Amino acid sequence: MEKDLTEFVMSLVVDSVAKNFERFPALNGVSLTVPQGAFLALVGPSGSGKTTLLRILGGLEFPDSGTVRFADINWLEVPARQRRAGFVFQQYALFKHMTVEKNIAFGLTVRPRHERPAKKEIHRRVEELLALVQLEGLGKRYPNQLSGGQRQRVALARALAIEPRMLLLDEPFGALDAKVRKELRVWLRALHEKMGITTVFVTHDQEEAFALADLVAIMNKGRIEQYGTPADVRRSPKTPFVAEFLETGPQRNGLLPPHAVGSHPA
Amino acid sequence: MKRRYPTQDHPLLRLLLTVIAVSVIGLFLLLPLATVFSQALSKGVVAALEALKEPDARSAIWLTLLVAAIAVPLNAVFGVAASWAIAKFDFRGKQFLTTLIDLPFSISPVVSGLIYVLIFGLQGWFGESLRDANIKIIFALPGIVLATVFVTFPFVARELIPLMVDQGRDEEEAATSLGASGWQTFLRVTLPNIKWGLLYGVLLCNARAMGEFGAVSVVSGHIRGLTNTMPLHVEVLYNDYQYVGAFAIASVLALLAIVTLVLKSLLEWHFADEIAATHRH
Amino acid sequence: MNVAVSRWRNPSALPGFGLSLGFTLFYLSVIVLIPIAALIIRPWSAGFSGFWHVLSDHRVLAALRLSFGGAAIAALINAITGPIIAWVLVRYSFPGKRILDALIDLPFALPTAVAGIALSTLYSTNGWLGEPLSHLGIRVAYNPLGVVLALTFIGLPFVVRTIQPVLTDLSREPEEAAATLGASRFQTLTRVVLPSLMPALLTGATLAFARAVGEYGSVIFIAGNIPAVSEIAPLLIIIKLEQYDYAGASAIGVLMLGASFVLIFALNLLQNWIGERR
Repeated sequence: MEKDLTEFVMSLVVDSVAKNFERFPALNGVSLTVPQGAFLALVGPSGSGKTTLLRILGGLEFPDSGTVRFADINWLEVPARQRRAGFVFQQYALFKHMTVEKNIAFGLTVRPRHERPAKKEIHRRVEELLALVQLEGLGKRYPNQLSGGQRQRVALARALAIEPRMLLLDEPFGALDAKVRKELRVWLRALHEKMGITTVFVTHDQEEAFALADLVAIMNKGRIEQYGTPADVRRSPKTPFVAEFLETGPQRNGLLPPHAVGSHPA
Repeated sequence: MKRRYPTQDHPLLRLLLTVIAVSVIGLFLLLPLATVFSQALSKGVVAALEALKEPDARSAIWLTLLVAAIAVPLNAVFGVAASWAIAKFDFRGKQFLTTLIDLPFSISPVVSGLIYVLIFGLQGWFGESLRDANIKIIFALPGIVLATVFVTFPFVARELIPLMVDQGRDEEEAATSLGASGWQTFLRVTLPNIKWGLLYGVLLCNARAMGEFGAVSVVSGHIRGLTNTMPLHVEVLYNDYQYVGAFAIASVLALLAIVTLVLKSLLEWHFADEIAATHRH
Repeated sequence: MNVAVSRWRNPSALPGFGLSLGFTLFYLSVIVLIPIAALIIRPWSAGFSGFWHVLSDHRVLAALRLSFGGAAIAALINAITGPIIAWVLVRYSFPGKRILDALIDLPFALPTAVAGIALSTLYSTNGWLGEPLSHLGIRVAYNPLGVVLALTFIGLPFVVRTIQPVLTDLSREPEEAAATLGASRFQTLTRVVLPSLMPALLTGATLAFARAVGEYGSVIFIAGNIPAVSEIAPLLIIIKLEQYDYAGASAIGVLMLGASFVLIFALNLLQNWIGERR
């Protein structure tokens, strides 16, 4: 899994991004550079600002200061609907009143007429995506007729349908049980290998982050404590927080007793 | 001995409370309703139907439908706009805005009519200029519509605001990040999610719009065949001792109320999750 | 580059903020705020003494006393029967319950004029209920008693509908705990259940009071409208308007509007209090 980072074209550049909510600072000047095609995990305790950063990348939230550039364009100037950032929400945010097919096709059917693929083509793409996420034959179902893991994969297929320029996942496995979590994790990594899209993944589970990502950013109180490859971070934790996080992490996340994996609240 | 759970009431207490509740509802709510129909039919079905065919009665029915057809869509559009702004965005003064939207509920219907008389009446702000321009608002259709819009102002909004706040922004954000425009997001994602709540609000709004009496009474001028809505015509006939006619029209309004209650209950039973759970009116 | 941050709202990815809020504020101003402002500034042409002169009139005072007093008594009656009805509808099951439950909203749905003539007919001396009552020497119609009756009718759903959801969500565990601690069922009801319903009960009663104070349609038919005896304040506004006494009408109107504001404020305080208790 180790790759030579210099091979990547520098791609997503976050510089001194800060964001205050009414009472508390969510981000305190965050900077990082994510190479094209990398798989980045933002990991940290709740309230560390990781979801806020992800939502800024998706255009769902706006920083008070700082810049974000992607493929050398000012990413903050691009409205959410034009970013083509495939966003997978924590609670999936599937459209309850639409079938799985309609959910997946949504991003294609809302395109202006001249950009919109023909009906047949949309149908073909939906079938393709259903196969990719291993949900063949479930296209006519409604979200509430699916299991949590299936919904998760619909959300992913829906995000992939728009041929995203980056993939943003907010605690995508948070609501799933340990077994499904593990399966989806392997599957997601494989999918990433196949598609090669820059992926940013938010989790509070450091074991999950280290198992999946090319790069991890450990966040705490709106700052990045350490940023690097999982191996580097594990080898030399830079701050006491990181050291402690790595230490307490496995216990909390059930690395040692396998039956406890994912048993903590999402 | 039959065992009783500690949270169960003694059978005698149970009986007593049930009798109280049933008799209050029966005597207080059901009996007045029964009176309406029995009085309307006291001279037979034919007499009641004849009363509804009177030209003044027909014009009152027509006016009531017309007023509701204007007032209800206006307030529905307002309700959707207000709840979109309040539920989907964060801004200062939101709580205050919500209180202001509820304001017409707490104001006496008569005062609701009065405020428009003070603006558009002959001695009102624009009274003389309106007279010179030969525009009639008070004692005419526009005044009746305005008063009706005022008293039914919050119905749709207050149903939709808690519902849309509850539903959150995830689905709309998902739609936006998938490239949908504002209207696409609203029509294809939001509207299907709020349609039953919207219908519920419209239903209550319409019942009040067709039945409003006090506010309309102030601005209408009670001109028979011209500015009398059904409730006003009921009053005119009743004060004229034309009881069959008064109660015949009252029966139509009572039927409207019953239909409203049935539809409302159906919506509550079948779509409990898709209408706001708040039972405040 | 910094994204501009406006201080009064958080930026959002969703569109339509300007349009929806703009329309909301415009419509609110035109329909509600400006007309209310027109009322508030109206009665002061003759200064405060002119305003006071209108309100201190014997007939006006009597009407205000009847509207506020009658509404208070009606709210009190509903504060007693409301919880009983809500309790029966939530905790017991019996045939026809759903229909009874739906009927609770009748005073909301039935046009007030219809309710007015129905109550008036029902309680007149030859009505279904008025006749037996008159044999007992009780006259309801054309009496202040009739006003209270109509105001009770109109306020009933407020109390029931405010308590019902609270009762439905109420956990049974405190009741079970009380039982294990040796409380009788009566003690449990009065000292455990009722206090937890108190905020909802107060809210419901206040809503019923607010509605009743300004009520017009359901009252005027049964009241008989005898000046200074059974004449309510909203009716007096209409009478003054018919006499082209705009200043008099708007003086009473402003007073009633002030009462509405006080009640809204009280309800907001109640809501905050409930919020803090949670």
